[in-house]
Amino acid sequence: MLHIKGLEAKIEDKEILRGLSLDVKPGEVHAIMGPNGSGKSTLASVLAGREDYEVTAGEVQFNGKDLLDMAPEIRSREGLFLAFQYPVEIPGVSNMNFLKAAVAEKRKHLGLEPLSAKEFLKLVSEKSKLVELDGQLANRAVNEGFSGGEKKRNEIFQMAMLEPTLGILDETDSGLDIDALRIVANGVNALRSPERSFVLITHYQRLLDYIVPDFVHVLYKGRIVKSGTKELALELEEKGYDWIKEEVDAHA
Amino acid sequence: MEETITNNQIIDIERSVLSMVNVHAKAQLDQMQWPTTRDEEWKYTRTGRITKESWMVSPIQSNAPWQSLQIENLDVYTIVIINGQFYSQASTLPTAAGITIDTIAPQERIATSFGHFFEALQAAYCTSHLRIVIADKVQMDRPIHLIHFNDGQKVLSQPTLTIEVGAFAKASFIESFGSNSTEQSFGNRKLNIHVGENAHVTFDKIQDLHDNDFLMNDDQVHIAKSAQFTINTLTIDGGWTRNQLHISLDGENIEASLNGCYLPRRNQLVDNHTKVDHRFAHCNSHELYKGLLNDRSTGVFNGKVHVHLDAQKTNAYQQNANILLSDEAQMNSKPELEIYADDVKCSHGSTTGQLDDEAMFYLQSRGLSPDNARRLLTTAFINDVLNHVENEAVRAHVIQRLEQEGLLYH
Repeated sequence: MLHIKGLEAKIEDKEILRGLSLDVKPGEVHAIMGPNGSGKSTLASVLAGREDYEVTAGEVQFNGKDLLDMAPEIRSREGLFLAFQYPVEIPGVSNMNFLKAAVAEKRKHLGLEPLSAKEFLKLVSEKSKLVELDGQLANRAVNEGFSGGEKKRNEIFQMAMLEPTLGILDETDSGLDIDALRIVANGVNALRSPERSFVLITHYQRLLDYIVPDFVHVLYKGRIVKSGTKELALELEEKGYDWIKEEVDAHA
Repeated sequence: MEETITNNQIIDIERSVLSMVNVHAKAQLDQMQWPTTRDEEWKYTRTGRITKESWMVSPIQSNAPWQSLQIENLDVYTIVIINGQFYSQASTLPTAAGITIDTIAPQERIATSFGHFFEALQAAYCTSHLRIVIADKVQMDRPIHLIHFNDGQKVLSQPTLTIEVGAFAKASFIESFGSNSTEQSFGNRKLNIHVGENAHVTFDKIQDLHDNDFLMNDDQVHIAKSAQFTINTLTIDGGWTRNQLHISLDGENIEASLNGCYLPRRNQLVDNHTKVDHRFAHCNSHELYKGLLNDRSTGVFNGKVHVHLDAQKTNAYQQNANILLSDEAQMNSKPELEIYADDVKCSHGSTTGQLDDEAMFYLQSRGLSPDNARRLLTTAFINDVLNHVENEAVRAHVIQRLEQEGLLYH
C-alpha cells in the first residue's frame, strides 16, 4: 500500500526528514509519535504534496505507483487523504459545491460514472452521520466560522465522502475536547476496513485509546527510531520522549 | 502615447447619417483635448487607442442581433438602442399611465459647460437622447431593459439617457451593452438619473462587449430625501471600459448602494471612477467593488467619498478588493475620503493580492485540479458582489456569461 524508503526532505535550507522508511500494508493502522520538531507534520505534508517541501532523496510507492511524481490532486484521486492539522477556512465556497466537485473529479479519474444529484445527497446524509455533522454545517462555507471540533469533524466527513485507501490524520486530536475526540475517533473507526489503511500522526497517546493502532513508531530527528505495538505508546505517555532521545543521541 | 488628435480628424461627422451636431457643445469641444495620462483623473487609463481610429456614426442596422443580450426568464419592457440610436420598432414600451418615454430633439437639448472631453464629445455628437419619466407613486410591474448594441464598422454611439423617477415610485432598470464581435465600436453613453423623494430605484449595468470595443459611461445620479438607490456595474467583457459614476445625495435619510465587479483579461482595461457626495445628514452609502485581473490586464479604481460639512451622522462604507491572477496584471486602487463633518462613521479599505496558496492546496488535496480550485475561489470572491444584484434572473444571466467565459465555476 504505502512504501517509504530513505525519504529525505527539506524546507528552505532546513533538513527535516533524514532517511525515513515506513511500510504500511492494507488495513493497517500506524501511529507516528514524536517530540515537537521531529518531522511528523512534514511527513504528512510531503506525502500530500505540499510544494514548500523539497524531497532530496528516497522514494515513496503508493499502491505500486510513484507517489512523489504525482500532483497533489492526483494523489487524492488515487486514494490518499490528508486530514489537516489546521483545516483552511474558505469564505464563500460552500462545503457542498466543493465536495461535489471533489467527488466528481475523483470518479472521473477512476473512470466511474458521475453521481446523480440524488445519489450525491444520499451519500452526504449517510456520511455526515458518521461524524454527527448536522446538515447545516454541510451547507455552510468551507470551515468558515467552524469551531475547532467542527473543523476536524468536517475533515473526517470529507474523508468519508472521498473513500480513500490511505488516510493520514495530522494531529487530528489537537484542540479537541473529549466529546469531539470521541466523535472523530468513532468516525475513523467506522471507516476502518481490510483495504483501508491509516497513518495517525499525534503527539499524545490519548487518541490511541480511541483508535487502536496496529503499530506505533517514534519519529525523532527526521527518522523512525523505534517501532512497536500500542504498548509503546503507553510507555511514551508514562516516560516521555527523553529516554528515546538519549538512546538515539548516544548512538549518534 | 501622448498624441492628441483633434476631434475633427477622427469624427467625420459630415459623412454620418445624422445631422445632430450641437453647435454650442462642439464649440466647447474644439477648445478641449483628449485626456492624457498627465491628467490626474486619467493617470492609468490611456485614450491613445481611441484617438487613433476614425469613428463614424452609423444608421440603425435592423438585423443587429441585439436579442443576444436579452435575459432568460425575465419579463421586461425593452428599449433597444442600435448604434446609439433609439430603435423604436424593436422596443417594447410600457403603456400604463404614468410612464412616459420620448426622445428629445437635438435643438431642444441644452448644452451646459462640460467637465471633461468625453462629456463635451458626447454632447456635441449625441446620437439619441431618450427620456424616461416615471410619475409619482407609480410602481413599475417589471424592469425596463435598456439594450445597447453596436453593429457596423468603427461605430461611434453616443446616446444620452435621462431617467426621472417620481416621489414614492418604484422602478428597476437593467442596461446591457453588446456589440458585433468582428467589428470595432466606441460607445460614449451619458446617463442622468433623478430619484425622487422616498422612491426606490435599482439599476444593473451589464457590460459585455469585445476586445475591440471601447466604452465610456458617464453616470450622474441625484437622489432626493428618504429614497433608496442601488447601482451595480458588472463588467464581463470589453477591451477598454471606463465608468464614471457620480452619486449626489441631495436630502436626508438616503440609502445608496454602489457595487461593481470586473474581470479583465488579455489586454483589457477596466476603470471605475466613483464619487459619492454626502450633502445632508443621516444618509448611508455602501460601496463594494471587486476585481479579478488576469493576463496583462489593467484595473483602475478611484473611489471618492465626500462628506460635506452638514452631513452629520453619515455612514459611508467603501471597499475595493482585487485578486491578481497573473504577474503581468496591474491594479491601481485609490480610495479618497474627504470628510468635513465631525459626527460620521466612514470606513474604507483597499486590498490587492493573489489567491490564497493555503486554500489552493487544501482544495487540490481533495482532488480538485488547480484550474477548478482557482475557479471555485474566484467565484466565491466575485459572488460577494453578485449577491447585491437583487434580480435573480439578472444574477443568473451574469453568472452564466462568466461561466461561458471560463471565469467562474459552477
